[in-house]
Amino acid sequence: MRLDLLSALNAARDRREAAILVTRLGDGSQRLVQRAGLSAGDPLFEELERRFRSGSSGQVTDPSGEAHFLTVSVPAPRLVVIGAVHISQALLPMAEIAGFDVTIIDPRTAFASEDRFPARVLRADWPEDVLQAAPLDPYTAVAAVTHDPKIDDFPLMAALNAGCFYVGALGSRKTHARRVERFQAAGLSEDQIGRIRAPIGLAIGAASPAEIAVAVLGEVIGALRLAVARDRT
Amino acid sequence: MEIRDSRDVSSAHHLDVLALAERWVRSGRRVAVATVVETWGSAPRPVGSHLVIDSDGNFEGSVSGGCVEGAVVSEAADVIASGKPQMLEFGVADETAWRVGLSCGGRIRVYVEPVTDAA
Repeated sequence: MRLDLLSALNAARDRREAAILVTRLGDGSQRLVQRAGLSAGDPLFEELERRFRSGSSGQVTDPSGEAHFLTVSVPAPRLVVIGAVHISQALLPMAEIAGFDVTIIDPRTAFASEDRFPARVLRADWPEDVLQAAPLDPYTAVAAVTHDPKIDDFPLMAALNAGCFYVGALGSRKTHARRVERFQAAGLSEDQIGRIRAPIGLAIGAASPAEIAVAVLGEVIGALRLAVARDRT
Repeated sequence: MEIRDSRDVSSAHHLDVLALAERWVRSGRRVAVATVVETWGSAPRPVGSHLVIDSDGNFEGSVSGGCVEGAVVSEAADVIASGKPQMLEFGVADETAWRVGLSCGGRIRVYVEPVTDAA
């Protein structure tokens, strides 16, 4: 393993960037492929693209019959919750148990208090400001639960533009219809807007904030895993 | 408000073997990395699991539930000395099974390579 490539792989992980170390098993030669730099002309293009989605390492044979091992490094899945509300209080511990890095953003200090949320996950600021310092990426899910367009709209649009693997928004069908109009006016495509899960959460008849949190987390996990499961078949 | 990054908190919970390998090399240790590249049957650690070993036989991480680590560590000493990668196979079908076979009955292939500074 070349130290320069090992170092680049570790640096990519620190920056939350996906990268794959490709080792030719015949002679041990190596190269590093970053997700952003993956070219369609790569002999392993389809396999690399699939591995970037699944995050799983493994062996592959290229068209010329050479065996390669792919050491895949993708960022840990992250969940950004817009709104330090009652649902978020239940969602935080559940999502952490399920393995997500959780961040909760709410500019309203009455909601975003350390009495209600641990400081390590809480950002008591506008999403516009928080997301500038820590941008969204394809390994992040965004759940907007404030009901307030002036807080929810910006991060939802940012999530669609960043290709977040899950984008969900709380609100009735009527509220969502008005949201769709605003997003169309802002220039988002029908495909992008169609990716928003609204009303948020799996249809399990969730009533209490904790039950809604279960429905949201179930939907987030489905978005993370089902596309990959379909890939494998 | 001064808030720690949530990523720092979670990454502290699990040992990152490849980051450790880099730190060991940068502190002057001679290092090999072992990777599970293929598994058959019930294998204790999934494909992609790493073990990092230095020339003194110190190691972190795992490629099995402890069944074959000893053999991998001793092979790593040769890999570090020769600078040449080695492919190892362990399992009940292997002739070494009586000494270092996997008790679960599976088979694994482990690629052991030196970490080299020459680009």
